[in-house]
Amino acid sequence: MAGKIANIIVAGLGGQGVLKASDIISEAVFLAGFDIKKSEVHGMSQRGGSVCSDIRYGEAVFSPMVPEGEADYLVVLSEDQVENNRHQLREGGVLITPSMIDENKLTNKKSLNVALLGVLSRNMDIDRSFWLDSIRANLPEKIHEVNFQAFEIGRSIGN
Amino acid sequence: MKITERMLLSGNEAVALAAHNAGVALGTGYPGTPSTEILETFADLGGHAQWSPNEKTALEVGLGSAFGGGRTLVTMKHVGLNVAADPLFTAAYTGVSGALIIVSADDPGMASSQNEQDNRHYAQAACLPMLEPSDSQEAFDFMAAAIEISEQWRIPVLLRMTTRICHSKTIVKPRPLPPPSPASFQCDIQGRVMIPAYARIAHKKLRQKIKKIAAWNETSGLNKIVEGDQALGIISSGVSVVHAREAAPEASLLKLGMTHPLPLESIRCFAEKMDRCLVIEEGDPYLVDAIRAAGISVEGKDDMYRFGELNVNRVRRIVKGDVSQETPPPKGKPPQLCLGCPHRSVFEILRKLDCIVAGDIGCYTLGVLPPFEAMDSCVCMGASIGVGLGLRRVLPGEQARRVVSIIGDSTFVHSGVTGLIEMVYNPPATGHVVIIVDNGTTAMTGLQEHPATGRTLDHQPTGKVVLEDLARSIGVPNVHVIDPSKNQDQFEKILRESLQKEELTLLIARRPCILAAKKIREYEKAAEIAECECCAEMEE
Repeated sequence: MAGKIANIIVAGLGGQGVLKASDIISEAVFLAGFDIKKSEVHGMSQRGGSVCSDIRYGEAVFSPMVPEGEADYLVVLSEDQVENNRHQLREGGVLITPSMIDENKLTNKKSLNVALLGVLSRNMDIDRSFWLDSIRANLPEKIHEVNFQAFEIGRSIGN
Repeated sequence: MKITERMLLSGNEAVALAAHNAGVALGTGYPGTPSTEILETFADLGGHAQWSPNEKTALEVGLGSAFGGGRTLVTMKHVGLNVAADPLFTAAYTGVSGALIIVSADDPGMASSQNEQDNRHYAQAACLPMLEPSDSQEAFDFMAAAIEISEQWRIPVLLRMTTRICHSKTIVKPRPLPPPSPASFQCDIQGRVMIPAYARIAHKKLRQKIKKIAAWNETSGLNKIVEGDQALGIISSGVSVVHAREAAPEASLLKLGMTHPLPLESIRCFAEKMDRCLVIEEGDPYLVDAIRAAGISVEGKDDMYRFGELNVNRVRRIVKGDVSQETPPPKGKPPQLCLGCPHRSVFEILRKLDCIVAGDIGCYTLGVLPPFEAMDSCVCMGASIGVGLGLRRVLPGEQARRVVSIIGDSTFVHSGVTGLIEMVYNPPATGHVVIIVDNGTTAMTGLQEHPATGRTLDHQPTGKVVLEDLARSIGVPNVHVIDPSKNQDQFEKILRESLQKEELTLLIARRPCILAAKKIREYEKAAEIAECECCAEMEE
């Protein structure tokens, strides 16, 4: 297989912005010029149930699904969804959870997903400008500023 | 959607873009996960797309369009093809003048479906060509190829996708496609009027045609070989191809793009060169059975891998011949009816009155889960009314009087209407009670319009089916419309009385879906403004 593939899983509950977060990651990676595949299952899962989305990128990606136990990064948007997703993470993989963010610092609590992407972005070699372009492309203009702030809050945390 | 040279698209978006680039004249369908976004995206791109009451109607409209020489796209989920199966089999006989592409979006693993059905069998049963893309680029390319095949051979073509193709985003480099010929009617009575005398001829012609397509498919370019070791050869199609490439990168791979009719000579030639030849396919043993029936010796997967989706881990296990028990993933949180959902109070009352509830397909099916547990059956779109009537027929009086059928507004229009007619025609001795939970949208698939909302796919006002008027006109004696959240006591009282009455009753529990209410108000307001402007112009 050509080159190394980076595997990311975003998990949470329907309505939290799991799919939106994974769209933002995917587009940032896409803009950076990588091959990328993103996979998700939605439908009934939109109604408050567990939702999970896979993103894989590198030189050439085949399967759109992260093989079990091979996620390099696991971003969980809801603390109660950490345990049932932990098995996805490879040994030494990075777990990113809401507990890393001081929610009081967020102007809008709905931007928690983007704040966690800020944390994730510290770990990934994707230029900051691609992240901002992707946030711009995936969210309505009136909430750009709030989400840029959230992204920076996450990005300043490090890991 | 902004069309650029390199795009990140879902399989559904890629099909829509190809349809747009090919000048498809009409897209029809019924919303069903995972197929829904194809028509929505096609409409966004400026194509003419419309929701039909159900898949059978969608295919019939599509067939007419293709009879007229138009390029036509009809979309549905796998179970929708069951509904459309009646016209499908005869459409294979009649053929088309333009192009007719029917998308079947299968749901292996049942992310949001009532069964796990492998629609590759339909291609074989109806004798139609079928293409299976394995990523979004191929969804684009195969949609284009399907149009070419349909026009060249004058035959409907099935484009079979699965959840992971429909909803995965991968990179697409779109291209312009050759434009369509103008639509025009050409009379062909023998070819399109399927009375037995003409249908017998048509069946023979169809079998000859599919034989020719099979020969053409040997060199069609739709099937590709990825060179590798001869120790292991893998034959695969659809999303299984990419899992297989990753799980066994050293293996030789025959990737089948057109999986009906199969290029059996190419398969034979490939298999003979391999020390071990393994078929990797999701769902039923469709390929392996067909290949073995042709006398080619190949290895298939164990029956345990027939259930659910494949993934890289499972393909690795199949390659190893590992049939040890798989570790089930930890359980997530199940979905539930939204807080504030108007269906909640209906289910609370049904449970309180200890009703026997024949249920149906939609997000209200979640009424089966705690805390309601108020649903006793769920089979297919529209089945609630028929099943309820059947229960009423055989149960002893006391139990029969507890039976209620519950169905959503979109589901009712899809295939509940005939159930209601059956109820009027063959009323059980104890009468019957049907509840339409009318939330003014097709909520389950993401808030699509339907004929009883009075708005088209792109939310513009159009003719509206008024459910209560329809019920009264077909002869339902008792019809009530109630807001179940606002008037919970009244709803309970009417339901209680209806159950004791031994007459036929339709209760319409009407209140907009909380996820849709805001948008519905916006559409209504826009329609009012448009109407006022229209009046003003007339006055001028």
